[in-house]
Amino acid sequence: MKCRVCRGGAVIELRRHNAGFCPEHFLRFCRDQVAKAIAEFDMFTPEDRVLVAVSGGKDSLALWDILTELGYQADGFYLGLGIGEYSERSASASRAFAEQRGLTLVERSLPDEFGFDVPGGAKAAKRAPCSACGMSKRHVFDETAIAGGYDVLATGHNLDDEAAVLFGNVLHWHTEYLARQQPVLAARPGFPRKVKPLVRLGEREMAAWCVLRSIDYIVEECPMAAGNRHLAYKEALNEVEERSPGSKFDFYHGFLRRAAEGFRHSEQVDDVDLQPCSTCGAPTPGEVCAFCRLVERAGGSVPVTLGATRQVEPR
Amino acid sequence: MKVVLHHPRREIDVSGPATVRALLDHLEVNRESVLVIRGDTLVTGDERLSDDDVVELRPVISGGAFARAVPRGRP
Ligand code: SF4
Ligand SMILES: [Zn+2]
Ligand SMILES: [Zn+2]
Repeated sequence: MKCRVCRGGAVIELRRHNAGFCPEHFLRFCRDQVAKAIAEFDMFTPEDRVLVAVSGGKDSLALWDILTELGYQADGFYLGLGIGEYSERSASASRAFAEQRGLTLVERSLPDEFGFDVPGGAKAAKRAPCSACGMSKRHVFDETAIAGGYDVLATGHNLDDEAAVLFGNVLHWHTEYLARQQPVLAARPGFPRKVKPLVRLGEREMAAWCVLRSIDYIVEECPMAAGNRHLAYKEALNEVEERSPGSKFDFYHGFLRRAAEGFRHSEQVDDVDLQPCSTCGAPTPGEVCAFCRLVERAGGSVPVTLGATRQVEPR
Repeated sequence: MKVVLHHPRREIDVSGPATVRALLDHLEVNRESVLVIRGDTLVTGDERLSDDDVVELRPVISGGAFARAVPRGRP
C-alpha cells in the first residue's frame, strides 16, 4: 500500500478516508485533524493556557504531544488514583513523557491529599469504582484548572469514546445527556471551559501516533474498566465500521451538525440553584458537594479550601 | 510466526506466510480494534508476513479484550 500524499510505503491504512499514509504524512494528517477540530468548534487560541488531563494512556499523551507540536501552551495534569500498580505505571509514563519534552506536569494525588484511593473510596461510598473515580477526577480537574488560572481544560476523549457515549445515550434516550454531549463546554462560575480536541480522530489513530512518535504509553488498561458498558458499545460500533468505514464519524459528527440543537431544550438549567460547598467552595446543589461527601465517607482528610478560586456567589 | 497478544499478554505461533489481513481474519480480530506492529514498525493489511516474523497485535480499544478465537493451523 502506498501513501496517499507521497506514494512512499504506507504504514497505516485509514479506511474511512480510503487512504494509506507513510509515517510523516500520517502525523501531518493527525495534526491537521486536531487543528481543524480546534478551529471548527472554536476551542481555544494560541494565547490561551491549556491544561491537559493526562492518564499515561495513548489518547492523553498524544493530545499533549499534538497540542505542543501545534504551538499551544499546554501543561499536563496527572491525578494519582491509588489503583495499585496501574496507577504507578501510569504516573511514571506521564512523568517520563513530560521530562523528555521539557514540559510542565502538575501532579496531585487522591491518597496523598484526600486520604482515599479509588477502590477504597468506591467501597465506602457504595458506588461503582468508575463512578467514584469519574466524579473525583471531574472535581479535582476542575479545581486544578481554575486554581492554576488555566483558560481551558482539555481531555483526550476521541471519536470512538464520543461515538460510544452517543450510542448509549441514544439507545436509552437520555435526552438531558444528549443536550450536553458537545466537544466544548463553556466555562460557568466554578467550572472551567472544557474541550475535546481529539473528536475527529479514532483511538486506532491515537495509538498509531504514539507508536510512530515513540511515546511509551501504558498499553494495559485500568483493572477497574472490565465490564464497562461503553466497551460493548465500542465493539458494536467497530462491527459496523468494519463493514462500512466512516460510520462512526458520520454518526457522531452528523449528530453535532444535524441533531444536537434539537436536544437543547432538554438540558436542565442546572446552575440556577448552585451554591458554594460549605467544605471546599465548589458549586453544588446541596450543602456539601458530592466529592466532599465521598472524602468524608471514605474516611479521608477534609480537603483544604483553595480560597476564592472556585467560589461562586451565594444566591 | 510469533504473534504477541495482549489482555493478558501472551504469545502464540501461527504458521506463515500470510498477509496481515488474513492473520486478523484467522484470529477473528476486528481490523478497527488493533494495530499490527512488526519489529518496531506499523504494517498495513496487505503486508505479507513470513514464518520468522514476530508481530504484535496491539489492542487500541481502551479496556478491550479482542482475540476470542483459539487459532489453529494456517491462516
Ligand atoms: S476505568 Fe474507571 S476506575 Fe479506572 S481510571 Fe477509568 S474511570 Fe477510573
Ligand atoms: Zn507520504
Ligand atoms: Zn466540596
